[in-house]
Amino acid sequence: MAKILGGISTSHIPSVGNAIHNGLQQDPYWKPFFDGFPKVHKWVADAKPDYVINIYNDHGLGFFLDRMPTFAIGAAHEYRVEDEGWGLPELDPFPGAPELSWHIIESMVAQEFDITSCQELAVDHGFVVPMQLFWPGAPNNPDMPRTVPISANTVQHPIPTLKRALDFGRALRKALLSFPEDARIVVLGTGGLSHQLDGERAGFINKEFDQYCLEKIVSDPDELTKITRLELVEKAGAQGTEFLMWMMMRGAVGDDVTELTRNYHIPISNTAAGTLLLECAQ
Amino acid sequence: MHDMPGFDYHTNIPGTTVFDGKMAMKGYALNKMCYSFNKKVCRDEFLADEEAYMEKFGLNERQKTAIRDRNVLSMIEEGGNIYYLAKFAGIFKLGVQDVGGMQTGKTTDEFKAFLQSQA
Repeated sequence: MAKILGGISTSHIPSVGNAIHNGLQQDPYWKPFFDGFPKVHKWVADAKPDYVINIYNDHGLGFFLDRMPTFAIGAAHEYRVEDEGWGLPELDPFPGAPELSWHIIESMVAQEFDITSCQELAVDHGFVVPMQLFWPGAPNNPDMPRTVPISANTVQHPIPTLKRALDFGRALRKALLSFPEDARIVVLGTGGLSHQLDGERAGFINKEFDQYCLEKIVSDPDELTKITRLELVEKAGAQGTEFLMWMMMRGAVGDDVTELTRNYHIPISNTAAGTLLLECAQ
Repeated sequence: MHDMPGFDYHTNIPGTTVFDGKMAMKGYALNKMCYSFNKKVCRDEFLADEEAYMEKFGLNERQKTAIRDRNVLSMIEEGGNIYYLAKFAGIFKLGVQDVGGMQTGKTTDEFKAFLQSQA
């Protein structure tokens, strides 16, 4: 049967894509962020996953307000990286895993998560940047696993609650573990941490709250479900709601995890950037 | 749109607009135009004739004025969502620190310093 090896979270800031493209990893501005990745690279190289579940939030490329799924699951043979309008480097498509996608979709709906399935889905920086961070050269890294993207709505309120996000992850765990193949799976949950792009409060960052979330998401994620969505907007910033993706990842990796590395740096672009690697007990 | 009973679920967070159903309805045309800027052909069409392009998407006068004035706070007030507005800003090669400065009365460098000060 399938195994979940671990979960990795990081911020998915668009300018990181440009920094990678321009080879700025050792530049003084970028170094404190990129220094969080060597341990992740080593772990990924040892873990050799067959599949990566990429939990992210679309930012107005794959979905518009005409129809806005709360939870969407990709079921395509490949995922195109399309123009987002501001000149990120063009990349080849990422290889999909439709047989795993449909297994997840069947299982999630059986568990009463009524998701939206997507046989075509253009992916933006929210999906792409973490792949580039964890598999340098992606999608043309020789170890690139096949992928299933899962996007949660953080564009338009009402967004899911933190509890729903954690529960979604736990249901996803059941789905993955019941996949009838000796598959090795890694789960990503990316976005955040605190940041706000819009309004007079643009530039808001909350180190204390981020540190609390980073601590609790490892040791006691259920405690975080007490945070209301509006409280999350207030304390993490309007776009800090992307922390929901971390909650989804956390649910999927199960109770018995070991934190292998953590990094936190202010600022990358407008964001407090966090990285976290959790390994699952086998 | 005027306030409708039952539409306000949100407490006030200073300097922050919660983009809910009410704002999504108010800003639909503006956001739809900005969403189109994912495509280069649409960005080019806008640059060739801004007025015609705004008319094509049915922006109201307040939304048109906000676009003409490049006034991001007004765009948000008129229902613009920052994820789509960022694509409008991208046409002019403005990044999120430029847009942050425009909204907070800071230069881009002052805005960057403000971000750094929270480390």
